[in-house]
Amino acid sequence: MMDVGRHPNIKLLTYSKVESIKGYVGNFDVKVLKKARYVDETQCTACGDCAKVCPVVVPDEYQQGLSSRKAIYIPFPQAVPSASLIDMNSCLGTNPIACGKCAEKCDKKCIDYDAKDETIEFRVGTVIVATGMDVFDPVILEEYGYTKYENVVTSMEFERLLSAGGPSDGHFIRPTDRKRPKTVGFVQCVGSRCERIGKPYCSNICCMNTIKDTLLLKDHYPDIQAKVFYIDIRAFGKGFEDLFARSKEAGVQYIRGIPGEIAEDPKSRNLKVLVEDTTSNKIEEHEFDMMVLSVGVTPRFDMPEVQQLLTLSKTPDGFFMEAHPKLKPVDAPSTGIYFAGCAEAPKDVKDSVTQASAAAARAETLLSAGKVKLEAITSTLNTDLCRYCATCSRVCPYGAFTVDPKKKTISYIEALCKGCGTCAAECRFGALTMKHFTDEQIITQIDAHLAKDPQEKVVVFACNWCSYAGADTCGGARLQYPPNQRLIRTMCSGRVDEKFVLHAFKKGAPMVVVSGCHYVDCHYIDANRWTQKRVEKLWDKLERWGIRPERLLLEWISAAEGQRFQKTMQDIEELRKKVTQEEIEHTIKVLTEEEEKTKAKAKQTGGKAQKKS
Amino acid sequence: MPKDDLKIGVFVCECGTNIAGSVDVDSVVEEAKKIGGVVYSSKNRYMCSEPGQAEIKKAIAEEKLDRVIIAACSPRMHEPTFRECVASVGLNPYLVDMANIREQCSWVHMGNREAATTKAKDIMKAYIARARYLQPQEEREIPVEKATLVIGGGIAGMQSALDLADAGYQVYLVEKEPSLGGLMSKLAKTYPTMDCAI
Repeated sequence: MMDVGRHPNIKLLTYSKVESIKGYVGNFDVKVLKKARYVDETQCTACGDCAKVCPVVVPDEYQQGLSSRKAIYIPFPQAVPSASLIDMNSCLGTNPIACGKCAEKCDKKCIDYDAKDETIEFRVGTVIVATGMDVFDPVILEEYGYTKYENVVTSMEFERLLSAGGPSDGHFIRPTDRKRPKTVGFVQCVGSRCERIGKPYCSNICCMNTIKDTLLLKDHYPDIQAKVFYIDIRAFGKGFEDLFARSKEAGVQYIRGIPGEIAEDPKSRNLKVLVEDTTSNKIEEHEFDMMVLSVGVTPRFDMPEVQQLLTLSKTPDGFFMEAHPKLKPVDAPSTGIYFAGCAEAPKDVKDSVTQASAAAARAETLLSAGKVKLEAITSTLNTDLCRYCATCSRVCPYGAFTVDPKKKTISYIEALCKGCGTCAAECRFGALTMKHFTDEQIITQIDAHLAKDPQEKVVVFACNWCSYAGADTCGGARLQYPPNQRLIRTMCSGRVDEKFVLHAFKKGAPMVVVSGCHYVDCHYIDANRWTQKRVEKLWDKLERWGIRPERLLLEWISAAEGQRFQKTMQDIEELRKKVTQEEIEHTIKVLTEEEEKTKAKAKQTGGKAQKKS
Repeated sequence: MPKDDLKIGVFVCECGTNIAGSVDVDSVVEEAKKIGGVVYSSKNRYMCSEPGQAEIKKAIAEEKLDRVIIAACSPRMHEPTFRECVASVGLNPYLVDMANIREQCSWVHMGNREAATTKAKDIMKAYIARARYLQPQEEREIPVEKATLVIGGGIAGMQSALDLADAGYQVYLVEKEPSLGGLMSKLAKTYPTMDCAI
């Protein structure tokens, strides 16, 4: 921590929040809000005189609320920066009449009640997301009586009780009588591997953390009896099995079975559990002075904020999704953004450090090159065809277009284009062409797929980042589905032009699917909003023409949702079977007529325009 | 406008048994040969391997191929590989396309060889059709600002920041709490070394 604090190349912004990140790989413009500490951190010597005179006492977050701090405080002795701050929510007030004791006491005059939040702006080439995790709160698991029985503590609270810098100065005591417990029971998998509460995953660190805790206990107090209730002990890392063996040698008892309930003896405040030992199939009763809930790891509560800042995706367990689980485990799907630590998945210190160094190395690859190649897939504008309707400027998520319909001017900054293709799908005059995903390229793919036995095919448009990737995930997991679907990739579902869908129907497709990222996950900010609008309009149109709108489906499938992709394909096959040959022929007839009507109309208006000129 | 005087090369990957196990690769190769514009069609055990790529390069040079279709895994997996491969012999990387016959075909229709083979052919044909409309594209190169933003000052954020700062790059480390340290700073001791967390 000290090294970070004093490194000349690191600008440390604590008590700060990233407010916005704009731009793209190589050029991210960042805005950070640095909250006022009300204490000048460059002048404060962390003498602590201010805290001594502060009359306000509040629970200390660092000590898990097991002891208290003042309204002006240093978070913990080794804090970096080593400086006090005022918690303005509990401070009696900036008015010296109300209090003002700390400012009076401070010799260096570091305290300024009027300090203001500051906004800092800078530009970076790469971003590393190391936002960490939260610890599972076991209150919802009522059977364990956490907060109801004081001697039931979480593993985080246990850490503080065992720490030399903890609330009991390293003396191991239990909360009710402040006496040293003689028997301690540990319950594993609290908030992990539990479908019931939506935490089906293994939190990775709790087995080893408990093994460590038992060893610390036994080292300090060999007479304490410790028992661990577990489902499986996962001691899979380097040297971990040794620690597990040492814990057992030290006399810690491991019992395979999780207690159904913790009950308290109101007199002794001891805790009793009934548990089925699944190795002996016997019901056992145990009594402890204190119990520790080995709590799991959960995604941080404020993850959605970071997710939105950088348009990241999440895996079903709620942690950030990497670009590839095996080959790009550190990269985010968008170039120039990397993950370090538990933001991506639960991990221990060693794995966090390993991933952090990997993320730094990945970032350095770009930084040292000093330049990066961007995808060439962008939209191009043909101003001759433009009618200045300004649709493109309305739908472009990146503001690449500026149109003045009155003056009949359009400006387009191609460098801002990320290639979603929504503009090309929305432009009614053919003025915009999406490179590498042109109308002709996509229509020719539709034709090829429907050249033979179209009545048996389902045409699926899938966006590159989510649905197409979801189909890949489905394949990777070997999840089987009927072989009737034919997938056409676009970068974004926003690219799927109305005419592609109608063309597929006209060529005899019984079913058409448009699929993209979930609403908030769109890799082009909100381009899929236009997908939805377009499909809704199409449903109306189909209904008007007597074509069942149910034959066009809109599905949001994320890259992680292989199972959802499989299920969707299975369901669609059932729907496809219900589409009759007469229905398909009727559709072809209606759409051909409609196309001719449109052509005639265009000719007419074209003729009029010519006459006028 | 579509180009009709093209020389298209089709390379079908067996991917060991990953594709060949469910798809009749030979018949896919033969099917390609029947399509106008396709002047070269072959299979390889692993198209992405060195010999596989060498075959592509050789065919581009000898047959003067101007469009290349790789029927193999997902473009999300190996598109960069094959773009680099064709670029190394002077073909614009956007003139190669990947027909995904593994993740979206052989792996998901494992018990149905006939249907999987038909589908693989369809996928390949759609890309051959598309090849007529492919255009060379130029990639833009942009400068990278030599600085990094690290969000989070826990053990991971600190390690990343130090590594990059030591390498000489400017790092902005943003931490929400008043001090660095994150959750780890609350731990009494950490495994496997059983030493102090701070």
